[in-house]
Amino acid sequence: MALTRFLIRRILSGILVLWIVSLAAFLLFFLRPRDTVARELGGKTATAPILALITKTLGLSQPIYVQYWQYLYRLVHGNLGYSYVDGEAVKTILAQDLPRTASLVVGGALLWLIVGLSVGILSAVRARSFFDRFATFGVLTGISMPTFVLGQLLLLAIFLPLNEHGFTWITDSYQGLSQGVVPWLGYYLLPWITLATVQAAIYTRLSRGSLVDTLGEDYIRTARAKGLTERRVIYRHGLRAALTPVVSQLGIDIGGFLGGVVVTEQVFNMGGIGQDSVAAISQGNLPVILGFVLIAALFVVVANIIVDMVYAVLDPRVRIS
Amino acid sequence: MSITEIQFQAQTVESAPEQAIQGRSQWQLTWRRLRSDRVAVGSVVVILIVAICAIIAPVFAALTGHPVDQEYPNTGWTLQGLPVGPMTHGFLLGTDSQARDLIVRIAYGARISLFVGISTTFVATLAGVTIGMISGYFGGGVDAVLARFIDAVLAFPFIVLALSLAAVFGPSLTIVLVVITFFSWAGISRVVRGQTLSIKEKEYIEAARSLGAGPWRIMFIDILPNLMAPVLVLATLSIPAAIVFEATLSYLGLGIQLPTPSWGNMLADAQNDFQVAWWYLLFPALALLITTLAFNLLGDGVRDAMDPRTERIFAAASGRRGRRKRRRVTPIDVLSDPAQPTLGGPA
Repeated sequence: MALTRFLIRRILSGILVLWIVSLAAFLLFFLRPRDTVARELGGKTATAPILALITKTLGLSQPIYVQYWQYLYRLVHGNLGYSYVDGEAVKTILAQDLPRTASLVVGGALLWLIVGLSVGILSAVRARSFFDRFATFGVLTGISMPTFVLGQLLLLAIFLPLNEHGFTWITDSYQGLSQGVVPWLGYYLLPWITLATVQAAIYTRLSRGSLVDTLGEDYIRTARAKGLTERRVIYRHGLRAALTPVVSQLGIDIGGFLGGVVVTEQVFNMGGIGQDSVAAISQGNLPVILGFVLIAALFVVVANIIVDMVYAVLDPRVRIS
Repeated sequence: MSITEIQFQAQTVESAPEQAIQGRSQWQLTWRRLRSDRVAVGSVVVILIVAICAIIAPVFAALTGHPVDQEYPNTGWTLQGLPVGPMTHGFLLGTDSQARDLIVRIAYGARISLFVGISTTFVATLAGVTIGMISGYFGGGVDAVLARFIDAVLAFPFIVLALSLAAVFGPSLTIVLVVITFFSWAGISRVVRGQTLSIKEKEYIEAARSLGAGPWRIMFIDILPNLMAPVLVLATLSIPAAIVFEATLSYLGLGIQLPTPSWGNMLADAQNDFQVAWWYLLFPALALLITTLAFNLLGDGVRDAMDPRTERIFAAASGRRGRRKRRRVTPIDVLSDPAQPTLGGPA
C-alpha cells in the first residue's frame, strides 16, 4: 500500500519534472532568431520568399505561446512533432534509433555497477594489498580519462589491429540483438568499456571508501567479537550499511552517465538517439532535440525512482512514504 | 578585538606548554606531509611543466619555425595528402590533417585547457562556498530553496544543457566557461553546506554571536577558515574535471572551434585520420591524460595531507623501511584481510 502511494506520488512529480524540462528546452530554443532556423534549412542561396515559406510551413511565424500550445497538445496525444529537416515523425526517428542506445545504456550500466562495486569491495576488504594499490591507480587513470579519449584509444589499439589481421568479431558496423548475441557482443564490447570505465572508476572509489569506513565501526568489532565468520561480517553486516551512501549517489550520477552515452555514440558512430540529438543541434532541428531532452529526462526520473526503492530496501531506517 | 584574535590567543595559551616540542599549525603539518608524498610532488612538477609549455607556447613556434596556424602542404603532407609522422621533415611529433606542426598545436592547446580548468574552478569555488555557506548558515526557507537548487543542478543531465546552450548561442569559449562553471559549483556547495551545518553549532560560533558579530562576519571570519581543507581538496579535483569537460564539449563540436587549437577539438579532428595517422590521435590524448592525471594525483595527495588520519597511513607506507611494529597496531590493520596473517601487508 505504502509502495503504491509512493509510486503514484513519484510518478506525478516525475510528470511535473518532465513538463518543466520540456518547457525550459522549448523556451531556450526560442531565444534563437527564427530566421536562423530557416537560413540553416534553406542554405546560403535561399531567397527571402523561400525563407519566409520555410518559416511559415514550420509554423514558426506564429506567436510562441501558440507554438508551445500546439506542441503540448500534440505531445499529450503521443505526437512528438516532425523533423524540420526531412519531415519525418520524431517518434519514428527516435523509435528507430532507440534500440541502439538502449543496448548501450543497459550493457554500460551493468558493467559500470558490477565492475565498480566488486573492485571497490575487494579493494576495501584487502585494503593496502597489491590488488588495492593497483585498483587505486586504475581508478585515478579512469577518472582522468575523458570518455571519448578512451573510446578513440580503444579503436586505435584494439579495433584497428584486430581488423587489420582479419579478426572481425570486434566490428564497427551495427549488429543488433536480432542478429544474434555473439555479433551483438562484438559490436558493443568496446562501446560498453568506453562508457562504463569512468563511472566504474568513480564507484570503485566510492564503495571502497564507504566500506573501509563502515568496517571501522564498533558494531563490526562486535560482530567479529561474537565469533562470526569474516565473510559474514563483511558481506552481511558491513556491506549493507556501506552501500547506502553509494546508492544515494547513483541518482545524481545518472545525468552524467547520459552525457557519456552521447559521447560514446559519437566516438563509435552508433547512430543512436544521442548522436541524433548532436546532429539535430547543429541543424537547429528543434522537434528532434525536444524529443531527446524528454527521453533523457524520462530516463533520469525513472532511474531515480528505482534508486530510491533500492535505497529503502538497503536501509531499513528509510521508509517509503 | 576580533573573535579570531581571541580564538588565536586562547589557542596559544593552550598550546604554550607544548612549545618545547615545537607547535606546528595545521598548514605547516599539511605542507610537511605533502612534501614527503613523492607522488604529489611529482604531480606538481608535471603540472608546472605543462604550465610552462602553455606559457612559452610561442617559443615552441619560434624554435621549430612553425607558427601555430601555418600549414605546410609541401613538407607536412605525404604525396597522398596525408599527415606525415613524427620526426619527419622537422616535425617532431608529426603534422595534423591540415599539415600543421602537431607539437606547436599541442603546446597552444595546453593554454586553453589550463585556462578553462583554473578559471572555471576559481569562479565555481567562490560561488560554491558562498552559496553553500549561506544555505547552511541561514537554514530554514533559504536553505530549502538553495539545497533543492543544488540537488537539481547535480542531477541535471549536463549534456542536455550544454548542447542546448551551444545550439542557441553558437559554440564559443564563453559558453564553455559558463557551462562548466554552472555544473562545477554545486558539488562544492553541497559539501560546504554540510560542513557549515555542523560548524555553526560549535561553541565558538555561539561566542562570536554573543559578542555581537553579524551573520556575514561569522560566516566569512569564523566559519570560512574551517572550511578551507575540504574546499582546497575539492578545488584541486575540480580542475581536471573541468579540463575533461572542456575537451568533451570541444570534441562534440560545442566548444572551442578550429583553427584555435584545443586538445578536445584536435582529438575530434583526429578521429577522421587516426587509421592513417596514429600520432595525431595519440599525442594530444597523452597530453590531456597526463595533465588530468597529475591534477587528480595532486588532489588525492592534498586530501591525504589534510586528513589527520593519514598520519598512520604514512607511517604504514614507511613501515617497510623499519617501522613495522608501529604499523601493526593501527586501527586500519584490524580491517585487513585475515587471509594475510602477521607480516602480511603491502608487499
